[in-house]
Amino acid sequence: MIAALIAGVVIVSPAGPVSSLGAAVALAHPGDTIIVRAGHYREGRTVLVDRPVVIRGEGAPVFDAGERTFLLVTANDVTIEGLVIADVQPSSTDDRAAIKLDHVTRCVVRGNRIQRSFFGIHGSKVSSCLIEDNRIEGPGATEQMAGNAIHFWSSANVTVRRNRVEGHRDGIYLEFVRGSTLSDNVSRRNRRYGLHFMFSDSCRYERNRFTSNGAGVAVMYSKHVTMTGNEFARNEGQAAFGLLLKDISDGEISDNRFTSNTTGLYLEGSNRLAVHGNRFEANGWALRLLANATDNEFDGNVFLANAFDVTTNSRSATSHFRGNYWDQYRGFDLDHDGYGDVPHRPVRLFSLVVEQNEPALILLRSLFVDLLDQAERVLPILTPEALIDPAPLMARPR
Amino acid sequence: MTDLRQVLAAQVRNVLRSRWLVGYTLLLLLATVLLLRFGGSGTRALLSLVNVVLLLLPLVSVVFGTLYVYNAREFIELLLAQPVGRGAVYLGLFGGLAIPLSLALLAGVGGPLVVEALQDPSVWRPLAMLLTVGVLLTLVFTAFALCVAVLVEERSRGFGAALLVWLACTVVYDGLILLVLTTFRDYPLEAPVLVLTFLNPIDLARVVLLLTFDVALLMGYTGTVFARMFGTAGGLVAAFSMLLVCAAVPLWAGYRWFRRKDF
Repeated sequence: MIAALIAGVVIVSPAGPVSSLGAAVALAHPGDTIIVRAGHYREGRTVLVDRPVVIRGEGAPVFDAGERTFLLVTANDVTIEGLVIADVQPSSTDDRAAIKLDHVTRCVVRGNRIQRSFFGIHGSKVSSCLIEDNRIEGPGATEQMAGNAIHFWSSANVTVRRNRVEGHRDGIYLEFVRGSTLSDNVSRRNRRYGLHFMFSDSCRYERNRFTSNGAGVAVMYSKHVTMTGNEFARNEGQAAFGLLLKDISDGEISDNRFTSNTTGLYLEGSNRLAVHGNRFEANGWALRLLANATDNEFDGNVFLANAFDVTTNSRSATSHFRGNYWDQYRGFDLDHDGYGDVPHRPVRLFSLVVEQNEPALILLRSLFVDLLDQAERVLPILTPEALIDPAPLMARPR
Repeated sequence: MTDLRQVLAAQVRNVLRSRWLVGYTLLLLLATVLLLRFGGSGTRALLSLVNVVLLLLPLVSVVFGTLYVYNAREFIELLLAQPVGRGAVYLGLFGGLAIPLSLALLAGVGGPLVVEALQDPSVWRPLAMLLTVGVLLTLVFTAFALCVAVLVEERSRGFGAALLVWLACTVVYDGLILLVLTTFRDYPLEAPVLVLTFLNPIDLARVVLLLTFDVALLMGYTGTVFARMFGTAGGLVAAFSMLLVCAAVPLWAGYRWFRRKDF
């Protein structure tokens, strides 16, 4: 027992003397390091981390969690790294998680593996925490029986980076989170959303990849959000969106890639967004712009091989397009300034037909429909007259 | 049977010598090579080729076929003066047109794409689909051509009728579908629209090809319904069988007239 306590270090190993993490935390003093040696552990109860310690797994020790939250952190300055936590069982009354952070600040959760658990990392009322390099693989169960991989509620200044999450309900879920940064995460094959945030102002999302999620990414009711360099791909299905924005204002959506989604980018009630430098490729509907999304600026975006580039449900247009590249543009550039001399009308007549009458989709790429579209482009009667790109790019940027 | 073989061999040789066919092959070859070179990667070039297959192929088959039969009228009369059955002459004419036209397609479109597919194996499957549908469309519109040429005595009217058949299948029919869709928009129309699509060979070919190549697979509920229908092996077999039926019906109708026709 004494040997295990030398110099502020507590060693946990299956052979003892300290053979459970719970006992080790109880023994440790603030500032101690608990080293967990490789092995298979089963804690009978939730491990309560109520003092500032570093818990470090060496050689990937495995913990079987069972019918409870595994780690409950209630102290500030706790670091948890290198653990493998498995099988936190689902519950319909309790948000059980592999690692639960409650009212803490400056915690670090790094390089853990969480497998088949209800919630992965669950934080409420935390601030200045760092969640990085974790791998969270969910149970792949139904929406009701799976929690979120990374879940934060009412928190601030959280950094979530380089995590890989899959097979949960939502990959990353934020609610009432402010001033946080999510970067370089991979979120895929989640039941519902790859990323889901609401009421989370002033957050940044950079270089994340959201692919093959049940409903893509949906974000709502937030201001001053920056999303840049992300990839939204292969979110397929009736209600699947590469990125759905509802009531998102004054944000920036730049340099993202939207590839092979049913709907690439969907804007509802979203105002004053700067949408630039994005690439929309091979989507069903690249951009759906609803009438209540106003004063958004679209410039320098690339539209390639989408079935429909832009659709809208309104005849008027209050968003502005300028200097985008459209592969369907048929104009010319006599003065060689790189911009077409004839405005481009990205809304096809056929998209309006499909809007009102979805089975008409079967006529996609029919000669008849192409003729109708051409006629409408020459003399717009039904498509929104104001929704034009007055200066479409002639050459594809980059 | 030997009659048929001999007529067929003579016809095929005759058609293969035609300058039209050489031009057609070169046109397909040129279109394919240009699309591959400037249209981006293999699958994207294939998507553009879908339009060639859906528009050019039926047009050339029906127009070339009709004109050929008119031009071959004296030869047909000569054959019929010999002890050769009318069935053999008729089928010989059909095969003599359909086989060279299909060969032109395989050489012109298939040739360059096989080279492409050797570098990019993902091209094989759409390539196979494109060629299969192309050959089936050639059969269908050659049958239409024969039917028209047998039925309409006068050459210029026959030519017009051939063009009308093509126009009806590519443009007019789709307009009618759209009309039906807008008239009955309050009803669930996925199933009726599928049936309507099945009745027009060009629409059927287009939908089958789109579901192989295009984003249509991602197109929400309706897209999923269509993909379920055509995406399965059973759906494909049904579609291909339907195309064969589309070829058989005019072929058979034409034969009925041909048998009784007084040359």
